[in-house]
Amino acid sequence: MSDQETHHYDVVVIGAGGAGLRAAIESLTTGARTALVCKSLLGKAHTVMAEGGVAAAMGNVWPEDNWKVHFRDTMRGGKMLNNWRMAQLHAQEAPERVYELEEWGALFDRTPDGRILQRDFGGHRFARLAHVGDRTGLELIRTLQQRAVGLGIDVFMECKIVRLLVDRDGATNGAVGFWRESGRFVTFAAKAIVLATGGVGKTWQFTSNSWESTGDGHALALWAGADLIDMECVQFHPTGMVWPPSARGLLVTEGVRGDGGVLKNIDGERFMFNYISPYFAAETADTIAEADKWYTNKADYRRPPELLPRDEVARAINTEVKSGRGSPHGGVFLDIASRRPAEEIRRRLPSMYHQFKQLADVDITTDAMEVGPTCHYIMGGVRVEADTAATTVPGLFAAGEVAGGMHGANRLGGNSLSDLLVFGRRAGLAAAQYALSHPAVAPTESAVVSVTEHALSFFAHDSGENPYALHQDLQETMQSLVGIIRVESELVEAREKLAELAERASKLSVEGNRSFNPGWHLALDLESMLACAFCTTLGAIERRESRGGHTRDDYPTPDPAFETINMVTRLSGGEVAVTHLPRPAMPAELAELFEESK
Amino acid sequence: MPEEREIVMKLWRGDAGGGAFETYKLPAQEGEVVLDVVHRIQATKAPDLAVRWNCKAGKCGSCSAEINGRPRLMCMTRMSSLPIGEITVSPMRGFPIMRDLVTDVSYNFEVAKQIPSFTPAPKPPGGYRMSQVDIDRGQEFHKCIECFLCQNVCHVIRDHEDNKRVYAGPRFFVRLAELEMHPLDTLDRRAYISEAMGIGLCNITKCCTEVCPEDIHITDNAIIPLKERVVDARYDPVAWLGRKLLGRPAPLSAVQAARYTGAASSAARSPSARAVPASPETASSTGLPAD
Amino acid sequence: MLRNDRWWLQPLATVLGLLAFVAYGTWTAFRGNHYFVGYPRDYLSPFYSPCLVNSCGKAADFGHLGGIGTVSPALVILIFPMGFRLTCYYYRKAYYRSFWASPPACAVADAGSTSPSGLRSHYSGETRFPLVLQNAHRYFWYFAVLFACILTWDAVEAFRFPGGIGMGLGTLFFVINAALIWIYTLGCHACRHICGGSAKRFSRSRVRYRFWRDVFTPLNHHHQLFAWMSLIFIAWTDLYVYLVSTGAVHDPRFF
Repeated sequence: MSDQETHHYDVVVIGAGGAGLRAAIESLTTGARTALVCKSLLGKAHTVMAEGGVAAAMGNVWPEDNWKVHFRDTMRGGKMLNNWRMAQLHAQEAPERVYELEEWGALFDRTPDGRILQRDFGGHRFARLAHVGDRTGLELIRTLQQRAVGLGIDVFMECKIVRLLVDRDGATNGAVGFWRESGRFVTFAAKAIVLATGGVGKTWQFTSNSWESTGDGHALALWAGADLIDMECVQFHPTGMVWPPSARGLLVTEGVRGDGGVLKNIDGERFMFNYISPYFAAETADTIAEADKWYTNKADYRRPPELLPRDEVARAINTEVKSGRGSPHGGVFLDIASRRPAEEIRRRLPSMYHQFKQLADVDITTDAMEVGPTCHYIMGGVRVEADTAATTVPGLFAAGEVAGGMHGANRLGGNSLSDLLVFGRRAGLAAAQYALSHPAVAPTESAVVSVTEHALSFFAHDSGENPYALHQDLQETMQSLVGIIRVESELVEAREKLAELAERASKLSVEGNRSFNPGWHLALDLESMLACAFCTTLGAIERRESRGGHTRDDYPTPDPAFETINMVTRLSGGEVAVTHLPRPAMPAELAELFEESK
Repeated sequence: MPEEREIVMKLWRGDAGGGAFETYKLPAQEGEVVLDVVHRIQATKAPDLAVRWNCKAGKCGSCSAEINGRPRLMCMTRMSSLPIGEITVSPMRGFPIMRDLVTDVSYNFEVAKQIPSFTPAPKPPGGYRMSQVDIDRGQEFHKCIECFLCQNVCHVIRDHEDNKRVYAGPRFFVRLAELEMHPLDTLDRRAYISEAMGIGLCNITKCCTEVCPEDIHITDNAIIPLKERVVDARYDPVAWLGRKLLGRPAPLSAVQAARYTGAASSAARSPSARAVPASPETASSTGLPAD
Repeated sequence: MLRNDRWWLQPLATVLGLLAFVAYGTWTAFRGNHYFVGYPRDYLSPFYSPCLVNSCGKAADFGHLGGIGTVSPALVILIFPMGFRLTCYYYRKAYYRSFWASPPACAVADAGSTSPSGLRSHYSGETRFPLVLQNAHRYFWYFAVLFACILTWDAVEAFRFPGGIGMGLGTLFFVINAALIWIYTLGCHACRHICGGSAKRFSRSRVRYRFWRDVFTPLNHHHQLFAWMSLIFIAWTDLYVYLVSTGAVHDPRFF
């Protein structure tokens, strides 16, 4: 390989969203030589699209709030499938991570006494989300980006990692990727690698996710021998845009509901009152009068059902639409226009105002929005150790959306940004410590060559199989067969279709040359997407219950037997196999938190 | 828009070595933005068409291009908002071409390293306090999605390439304004803004403001206040006299401020991003079919 | 150049507008007569205020500069309002775009530069003499405040009629003229900075913040509009004084 370029680092962080940036900052300041590798330009990662806020029990608005309440909300929102230790660390450390951002220049909205303002969000007992209007993710990523740049970090932009390299003992020792611009390969020899590649949303047709969310990290980990858990737990955000067709799936922040927006069907009925599950009945208002009083008096009234966790709301909207009570374009109405003054809407939700005005020609200060569920987040991911974010592969760490366990079967809004910060930092720290205590590594030439030969094979194929068409088929398969409501027969059909698609994918042919060739990039991304889709489908077949983001029509209720099980998918003899793994049990002092409430 | 209408879109195809517009015709669809049409061309007619995009929601600032000669985001330009007839989409002219609609925007990331970092006052017991009125100005600047359309349209560098060595550009004046107006920041960057960042080259003709997809008032709220701050530090004898009489510190020199940059911290490290420059002979050197 | 809209319309309109004003202003400034209606009205043309030379006679509300008698009174003072407008951030944009073609419109190449690599390499913006003097805008602003006060005085004087207070059509123009001058002057970017924006923490300078938020910023937002309105009205008020003074127009009295 005459054009082979190799870099040596202690730690290579793959992905430059919130988790990747935070990990890289921590690794660098711990003293490890650190590289940050990302598929897009720096600062464009999917984190910029996070709108609502960072959940952290700082207690600035409600002094009653503390980490235990946050922990309990997170576990209950996740339908108790969460890794309790991750949920605990997350709730305990989130405030510190938010204050740290402020020290690095972030400008959060303020309370009248000059502290960080917190807003209401679904599933959170108290107003808890530190935010910046409705563009919190942008603030977070820019702050971290500028911090990283200020520290002088080495960034490899528009560089896609194709495979991780593993030594004879099964430990990771590097990664092979290519510059998207030139198509030239680049090898990273690294003692430790942090995966922070985000989610898998582009596997579905209607998604809030950006181009990058193709499950690269999940697949890299799987191929390197790591375990994935609970890949069937995919969150469909209840409110995505449904019209115009080209904007379908774009996120409408939960902040609209947190700030007073309500969901209505075609008859103008606030239908969420019909969908309060017994699990949340005790803390949810059952009359409109009570719900409306809650916005200003949270101590004496219960929260409106519009602010139930996302899985509950998404299912309710799905049912309304299926029962013929949907809006003209197949969603329901989200109305804030009739509930808040225009000026306040524009101030609190500027980018929503902008988005609807520009893309749908709808003025949200006078008209209702049309919304419906959209694929948003995968709770499942790489199995990690809670304290160190270490995967089952030595030297490999994972943080953020790519890691599993933190959110259980359903993630609460706002818990993602805090997850990025808390576990991004922990992963960076652990990876740096691991790297500093291990000797230098040297990936073998043959390992590198096998990756590059594979990547180039697409140019040699002349099957005429087009990556764009294949991607569309994959999205349609997942949307129709592994969507928000699932049933065994369809899942089995999906498994078979995915096998066919994988067969086609191995023969994809790519036109043109290696220089910035999106067709080639997509062909390689499709490998990751197919691997993730397969894991999700296998897990979905195996989890014969409904829990959080995973809803089975044929098993409509949660099954206590599955509450203690993580669904593990891993490579075994070249095939993806699924096994049950008992979930770590919660210690008694934390378990008490849940008994009191019952 | 009637369903049967046909779109005629001219896309610039080529690389650093040269190129030309190619015309594509395809049926119109309801509610589309320019990026949708580009994607359909990519999926059905030109699979290797290079275009940079991420979120398709106007939040990441990746799909900057020039539509009918005007710098815009492709994802936020509805087809129905454009005049009837041929539509041209060309790469940003202010940056070197990589391929097709993708340009090399690394200049911006190099400038970013030269911005003296946020340098807060020590944290008081009980944490920092800031009023909303203290941060309103900064929050406007933080809306920036780094689409670099302002950098692209700014004639100081668009039409005078050699100025790139000495000029930060509107995006980074916004960044510097945000730092200068940050209630917790303690660093004085005024001499640096004048000497190293080249704010004097800006002749406030406001194209940056015109093209900003986030409607940031770049000229009025960032650049001109910075120019006025530079006047305070360098051109105003009354301000100078005031500092002398009140015993206020003199403005930091540009060299002093430069110590707070990422470029300074990485000086001892290996050169970062973009180790591989754009190279027209890439295709041939790999032994792959050139087209 | 791929812009296919009528981008040249705005610079063209700016050129025509500014040239028309310059032509009118030159004529009126060098004319040296018919700038004052002493009786039965007290109207002094804004081009000639304050009137400081010996020939001003009763128009000299603020005394005489000794010795200068032959020159047109306008020429003595016009440097101040002219300097204020020439260094004004809005007018700079206007003439850089329309006269310098630097740039003529957004995404339209600068005059003299035809390729992305930039044929014209000597663009130095406002870094060298004489354009570095644009940084003196705030000094002109200090004088502009003084002039706004003087024009306000002239508007008050315009209520002076034989036998007490009265009001003619001209009085109305003087009032509007003074108001527009104030609006233009207080919307100035330098004013917005000096009087408010230079504060690092608005919460510690509440009064400045209030003015910045409620006065300077809203006015500044429409600085272009007020720049043109006040420019046109100065010329109009001057023309009106000329017409009344020459007897071509009879100034109706309201009361």
